[in-house]
Amino acid sequence: MPFEALLATCLAYVALMFGVAYAADRAAARGHVRWLDHPLVYTLSLSVYCSAWTFYGAVGYASRSGLEFATIYLGPTLVFTAAWWGLRRLVRVARMHHVTSVADLISARFGKSNRLAAIVTLIAVIASTPYIALQLQSVRLSFEVFATNAPNGPDTGAMGGTALWVAAGLALFTILFGTRNLAADERHHGVVTAIALEAVVKLLAFVALGVFVVWGLADGPGDMLDRIARTAADPAVAEGWLLKPDRWTALILVSAAAILTLPRMFQVMVVEAADEERLHVAGWAFPAYLFIMSLFVLPIAVMGRELLPAGSDPDLYVLTLPAAAGQDMLALLVFLGGFSAATSMVVMCAIAVATMVSNHWLVPAWLALRRIPAPDETDDLRGFVLNARRMAILAVVAAGWVYHEASGGAAALAAMGLVAFTGMAQVLPAMLGGLLWRGANRKGAYAGIGSGLVLWMALIFLPSIGVGGDLPVPAGVDPWTAAVALSLSLNTLAFVGMSIFGFPDPVERLQGLSFVSAVEPIRHSRMLRADDRAEPLLAMARRVWGPDAALRYFQAEARAQGKTGYLPDLTPRFLTRLERRLAGSIGSATAHAMIDRVAGGVALTVADLLQVADEAQRAKEETQRLEAAQAELTRTARQLRQANDKLTALSVQKDAFLGQISHELRTPMTSVRAFSEILKDPTLTPEERGRFAGIIHDEAGRLTRLLDDLLDLSVLESGRAQLTVTVANLHDLIGRALTAASATRPERGFLIDRDLPAEHLGVITDADRLLQVLINVISNARKYCDAAHPVLIIRVRRPESGGAIIDIVDNGSGIDSGRQSLIFEKFARLNDPARAGGAGLGLAICREIMLTLGGEISYLPGQGGAAFRIQLPARPPSGSLPD
Amino acid sequence: MPDRPLFLERASFHRRRLGDAARVLPVVTMLLLLVPIWWMPGVLSYAGGAVWLFGLWAVLIVAVWALHRALLRAEDATLRADTPPEDPDAL
Repeated sequence: MPFEALLATCLAYVALMFGVAYAADRAAARGHVRWLDHPLVYTLSLSVYCSAWTFYGAVGYASRSGLEFATIYLGPTLVFTAAWWGLRRLVRVARMHHVTSVADLISARFGKSNRLAAIVTLIAVIASTPYIALQLQSVRLSFEVFATNAPNGPDTGAMGGTALWVAAGLALFTILFGTRNLAADERHHGVVTAIALEAVVKLLAFVALGVFVVWGLADGPGDMLDRIARTAADPAVAEGWLLKPDRWTALILVSAAAILTLPRMFQVMVVEAADEERLHVAGWAFPAYLFIMSLFVLPIAVMGRELLPAGSDPDLYVLTLPAAAGQDMLALLVFLGGFSAATSMVVMCAIAVATMVSNHWLVPAWLALRRIPAPDETDDLRGFVLNARRMAILAVVAAGWVYHEASGGAAALAAMGLVAFTGMAQVLPAMLGGLLWRGANRKGAYAGIGSGLVLWMALIFLPSIGVGGDLPVPAGVDPWTAAVALSLSLNTLAFVGMSIFGFPDPVERLQGLSFVSAVEPIRHSRMLRADDRAEPLLAMARRVWGPDAALRYFQAEARAQGKTGYLPDLTPRFLTRLERRLAGSIGSATAHAMIDRVAGGVALTVADLLQVADEAQRAKEETQRLEAAQAELTRTARQLRQANDKLTALSVQKDAFLGQISHELRTPMTSVRAFSEILKDPTLTPEERGRFAGIIHDEAGRLTRLLDDLLDLSVLESGRAQLTVTVANLHDLIGRALTAASATRPERGFLIDRDLPAEHLGVITDADRLLQVLINVISNARKYCDAAHPVLIIRVRRPESGGAIIDIVDNGSGIDSGRQSLIFEKFARLNDPARAGGAGLGLAICREIMLTLGGEISYLPGQGGAAFRIQLPARPPSGSLPD
Repeated sequence: MPDRPLFLERASFHRRRLGDAARVLPVVTMLLLLVPIWWMPGVLSYAGGAVWLFGLWAVLIVAVWALHRALLRAEDATLRADTPPEDPDAL
């Protein structure tokens, strides 16, 4: 393939990446983040773990050491089997604190100490520089493979510029898409999407090559296994391939630590994650990605040994194998895959390390240099932070390039992957301890990370670049394993030991509680008295986020507190949230220091801690009080609703009443008018005249009764009825009532069943009113009882509470259960053909009378006929004993 | 923990046991990855070892997938069980 074609493809691919990143950033800016937030994109972005060291180096590693290469991918798999309870919690806690990097996490946990973060940043920078150099080298080497194969390509001596061009391009990409804004959540949609796409290219290229090797060069999996066995039969190979259990264990543990602590992995896994939900998919999908990437490594290594000339570099088998087989397109695809692996690693690593450098080195230094804390500072901190980050990106990539040039592209670089892993693994004890153990403190973290850094430098990093020698170890022990075990165990020991003997300050204890229990931290409220502090805070936020974003945030917070305008009250909740949002832009230590300076921070004391606990208690009580109030409100609302229903019903009833009464008045009135009209006729006989006059008289009587009833009812209902309270004997009253009622339908012979001795009860009540009730009830029975041999049973007894109960029961068919509730309503006349002139007010009046008397009249269902119970109190409510 | 219920609904009980499984899984994984290598490194270093390793790996991936699916379902089920029915009288 002509070299120019390769170069053109490469440039086109780079242009595609810029385009994708640009489009994704624009989509995110317009709020279209649905597919950008897809768990699959997240999973693919995690594959930034597979750098060029994986893509090219894994085959070389497998060629030399057999299955041992797989440890690098088994470690992450092991970590991801704990995705559900481990990684989700890490992501949740980190998101809660708006953590921007692994250094920031450590600093935030251990009392927002910037010095600690600066040390972690130092490790990250030392570990990352050779690692980035390794990526540049891999791109240069892959170019060289093509150049030497191409007929008219430039000679390899002219390739020295490749690494520079690649480094410059990557720095440009990272600055363009990695520092567009100083978002509070530090997410880079453009970069992540481009990296997800590169992950697909990587995977496709490697799988295509693997399929070609297993089914094109060999005869399928069975043949491949035979070839592996044949290769391993060579004693020289077999010795290298023999797994060493100690090394195996150390490698798995170190790579498991690396997936948690490598700056770029922390960036994609924790910082770029919108929430922990996406780990549900990534938990199995990322191990699956690693599985597929590893599956073909050993076959490619074996095939390369078999087919390529003896002196070939195993690290480049993936390129030289398809090229030697004449598969130019496949070789090109593999080249792009390797290019993707290298570039995505450099971009992500540069973003992550540059964030650390700017947040923990440059910004604190700059703030410390400008010592006068003027609250009305108007300078653009945002611009400074962004520029610091851009400079840091340039510096990180440039350091990688310088290292690459200085090392002369030596094979020593190949070991740099593991060196970086072990370096960042030194952070793990403090990180895990900080997340799981409340007793872990800052002194312990200093001791652990510090001793880890020193031991790693002395035992692993310096020997790897040729300074000093390997650790003198007993024969049979792997020196690298011994160095890892020694550094990590001393690191952990120092961390635990200093934590046990130290006593953390209050800020640290608060943070420790928040991290270990995964609860929202609450800032202390010492500084809250001065409300005029909100404005300087707004000014400060404006310096970090820019005027619009800061105003928007403050307005939203004020609105959340129920205030208008832009200045929220400085509640602990608001200050906590503001600090954490600021931490998302400039790191927790700096954010803490800045808020303290502006808001007039006072050092937190143990008394404040107690106050925080007290506040929590008060908040709990407040919540309970609110809940009670809410319940009370619900109750009141329900009562109101019932009252409203009742009023509506009453209104309907009133309308019905008016309609009914008009009708009732109109019917007799019509007869009166009609018959008086007829009476005017002079030709009427005296008999007729007498009859008609009788009808008019009857109807007028009906009208009068109706009006009397209405007046009576209205007096009763308005409570203006005058009671004449006397002592009366029920026996006499019932007798009188029976006599009076016998005028109703006198033709019906009723059998009256009375219990005469029991009836002799004295009651204190208005005897006339009670008599009215009794007559009404008995008349009703006479009117409506439909039995052939009607019987009326009257029973009287005195309940324990005093007063009297009178039951009046007939043997008719009674009243339907559906209508029983209606009979005491006005005009609630039941369908009766036999009604004798009543307007349906009788029982309504009875009910009102009984209420006035302080008693009750009710219908008793299930007595074998219509049954009414009249209950009298011992004495009427307003009545007094007669003299 | 005064307000912790003594007995759990079937759904939450099931979810907690699945949570236990999620906690045990990494330990089991570690044992499966380390013990055989310490025991018989000679047997597992070559072609047979490759088959064993990739087989184990695939099983692990499926196990995590199945566990996460079961956990998500169990979480949904408990959410449904824990949500009280809408009070029609509530404002």
